[in-house]
Amino acid sequence: MNEQRGGGPEKPLAVVVGHGEFAGGLVSAVGQICGMADKLVVLSMMGMTPEDIEGTIREQLTRTGARVIFTDLPAGSATLAARRILKDDPGIVLVSGVNLATLLDFVFSTAASPTEAARAAAERGKASLIVVGR
Amino acid sequence: MGIHLYRIDDRLIHGQVVVGWGQPLNIRFLVLVDDLVASSDWEKDLYRMAVPPEMEIYFADVVTAIRNHAQYASDPRPGILITGDISSMQRLVREVKAIGSVNLGGIHHRAGRAEKLRYVFLTPEEEHQLRDLEAAGVEVTAQDVPSARARPLSEVLEGESR
Repeated sequence: MNEQRGGGPEKPLAVVVGHGEFAGGLVSAVGQICGMADKLVVLSMMGMTPEDIEGTIREQLTRTGARVIFTDLPAGSATLAARRILKDDPGIVLVSGVNLATLLDFVFSTAASPTEAARAAAERGKASLIVVGR
Repeated sequence: MGIHLYRIDDRLIHGQVVVGWGQPLNIRFLVLVDDLVASSDWEKDLYRMAVPPEMEIYFADVVTAIRNHAQYASDPRPGILITGDISSMQRLVREVKAIGSVNLGGIHHRAGRAEKLRYVFLTPEEEHQLRDLEAAGVEVTAQDVPSARARPLSEVLEGESR
């Protein structure tokens, strides 16, 4: 399991998990832009069985108290693992298809709860996708 | 058309299958052969939600997959058949003589398994099962994504340190 944390005192609010180094890269970008990478826990699922992916996400949610899971791809193993976790704990929120705009909105959110922040951030992330050119 | 790839992958439906193979092969249907998934509506819904709208997914236990294989094989669309373990594929191959090749796509680390490739870990029993598949005339190769080289079983069993 590959886990990285930012160095600040903030309690993590979400777990970010994806293919390859996707999650680490995205959270690194959050840190570079606003210095708030410590609000996010990075997980990579490289080389792991589906059971290990699910178990590791569960461990990190329990350890940190985070209630939000961000994943990269709706069809990915991490998303399927997260959906299994949601089945047991409907209070968790899953956001699949995460991008940098989503995470930036999330870490700056002043919403009453991380789950509300996640819903708003997902909308911001969708709106950030633009196409320029003919 | 019909089945373009018979794949063993413990993650079943995931990014490599849906996108990595699905896009270049223009895959239009998946056959997920797994006794546990086939017996659970919740599991079927879970995997159904992971599949893009242009792909159809069929769920079958091994016995049903054996019975329906001719139907999958004659489908005019290109498809992929996936099992989550070697045993299920072995049972399928024993009864379906038309299966000429099997792809090892992902068998990840678990207690008792030794690393052969970054994405293939095997117990001695699983090695034996794969050798049996090949002895039965089935070509067994490991290839996680289409752009990677297909590695023959002999090379896989020697491991990456060779």
